[in-house]
Amino acid sequence: MASMEKRLQKELQALQRDPPVGVKVDTDKLTSNLSEWTVNLTGAPGTLYEGENFVLHFKFGSRYPFDSPQVIFGGANIPVHPHVYSNGHICLSILTEDWSPALSVQSVCLSIVSMLSSCKEKKRPPDNAIYVKTCSKNPKKTRWWYHDDQV
Amino acid sequence: MFEEDSENEVEDEDEEEEEEEDDFVDMGMDAEASGTHPKHDEEDFPFQVLTADEIVKHMVDCIKEVNTVVQIPATITRILLTHFKWDKEKLMECYFTEDQDKLFSDAHVVSPFRKSFTPAAAAQAASSSEIMCEICFLMIPPTELTGLECGHRFCWQCWREYLTTKIIDEGMGQTISCAAHGCDILVDDQTVMYLVTDPKVKLKYQQLITNSFVECNRLLRWCPRPDCGHVVKAQYYDCKPVKCKCTHIFCFACGENWHDPALCRLLRRWIKKCDDDSETSNWIAANTKECPKCHATIEKDGGCNHMVCKRCKLDFCWVCLGDWEPHGSSWYNCNRFDEEGAKKARDAQEKSRHALQRYLFYCNRYMNHMQSLKFENKLYASVRVKMEEMQHHNMSWIEVQFLKKAVDVLCQCRQTLMYTYVFAFYLHRNNQSIIFEENQKDLENATEQLSEYLERDITSDMLVDIKQKVQDKYRYCESRRKVLLDHVHEGYEKELWEYQDGN
Repeated sequence: MASMEKRLQKELQALQRDPPVGVKVDTDKLTSNLSEWTVNLTGAPGTLYEGENFVLHFKFGSRYPFDSPQVIFGGANIPVHPHVYSNGHICLSILTEDWSPALSVQSVCLSIVSMLSSCKEKKRPPDNAIYVKTCSKNPKKTRWWYHDDQV
Repeated sequence: MFEEDSENEVEDEDEEEEEEEDDFVDMGMDAEASGTHPKHDEEDFPFQVLTADEIVKHMVDCIKEVNTVVQIPATITRILLTHFKWDKEKLMECYFTEDQDKLFSDAHVVSPFRKSFTPAAAAQAASSSEIMCEICFLMIPPTELTGLECGHRFCWQCWREYLTTKIIDEGMGQTISCAAHGCDILVDDQTVMYLVTDPKVKLKYQQLITNSFVECNRLLRWCPRPDCGHVVKAQYYDCKPVKCKCTHIFCFACGENWHDPALCRLLRRWIKKCDDDSETSNWIAANTKECPKCHATIEKDGGCNHMVCKRCKLDFCWVCLGDWEPHGSSWYNCNRFDEEGAKKARDAQEKSRHALQRYLFYCNRYMNHMQSLKFENKLYASVRVKMEEMQHHNMSWIEVQFLKKAVDVLCQCRQTLMYTYVFAFYLHRNNQSIIFEENQKDLENATEQLSEYLERDITSDMLVDIKQKVQDKYRYCESRRKVLLDHVHEGYEKELWEYQDGN
């Protein structure tokens, strides 16, 4: 078994055994070599996204965890958030340049939940229209410019 | 003519020497501020050409030199030196005058004087049982985990994979940080060399750190010729021509081809101007007009001067850009040139048209000399044939060398002329610039004549005649080139040149 599969196997076991609040792996949609995952997120209580359900798609390359996973929102409900584009792409530094192999599916999910929780106003990024029209399918190909650590 | 020139030469050389001493005196200050304008090619500018191995040795010597004063591990010295862009003096100054803890944390290393939390201690504490490596999630005996002074520990295999990814996929050298999330402590070179086993990855790493060493060091510059791999090391930073072992001649300050008399910064601006598509917008400005009301860009595609803006429905006259209404009486024959608003619009139009024409004028001449220079090899080849022919006509080898010399001079003159157009484009007109233009005209004229002699068939019956003519001409070109450059240099020193900004 490749090292990427071994590690994903371990991550999956841990997430099923002890899932963090609001994070649930959809085991029906896992691919056989674990290279694609679907994770259901629930907006935390007391936040703007309380009770809302979201779907996150993970894609892992063979170099995972040394190479970051591709993570986008999918499904019918894409959160309206200043760092989430309407095509599901997320502007979050740990998904590209600040990625560390010591991060995991769990830590990515928790970062995204916390990013949603700290939001004060539901709105799309200011450049949403132009970005969605011109971006690559793979958000990792975007040169993100992280300018706001507040939300 | 020649008499005069040689007198000037002597005078100039005296001045040069003084100037150079000045340069040495204020070397410590910002060289850029003290004016890095091109100086005479002949002036002494000491430099060495180093190979990649010599650079590595030079790097090690720098570290050793600092370590004789600052007694810390060489790996940390290297990181500190990189942090200070290999400026030894600055490092020492900060090291002895500023807060050392802050210095180490700014450079992303753990201070060697704080041994409270060492990985060895952490390992001992947990030596009893296996620990999970946070990258591969496997249980590993503590002895097989390793890490930096920050205390984050991962297994060997994961470290190796992590470093390989950073080096090969991301091209990182001295800037690789610890694999733990959010930890900015840098991985030192010894750790990399120790953990990585693949010789290909090691080699790439070595290249990356050498490259960053050269790139951030003001006194070093890679030869810009592709695949050359040599480095020029100077004693001080200046705008001077340097010649690499591969014969390429370039400007030490900016790395471009030697561009006397243009300034590095103006050359950079010029190249950018020629490269980017800002000229497209100039074309638009020169060939279209704006609706006087809503400023939509309009290109006229029919004969009628009565324009109706598609966007705001304004009726106006294409010729004078004034309102169409008063034109009613004198249909298509606009006579309202003195109207205030229309005049302004026309002035703006004129201005951008003029700017475009001006740019094209200089660009054309610059490109033309560049193009001619590209035929340099062809010319050398054809001249070589001629030289052989002449040797068959009772001339000795030494007697025909004048032809090669003539091509050398021709190429030098073309290169100088090419950059005179960059210089002139940004120049503000004054009395000195008129003298400059005269010099330029004279040199250009002589260069074209020399070029014509060399391209013309040299027939055997008038060899002596031709030789005399070619020699006279290239000597004249050489002297005119010197006069032109000396004049520009003198202008730099006496601050006679004024520049046009906003171009």
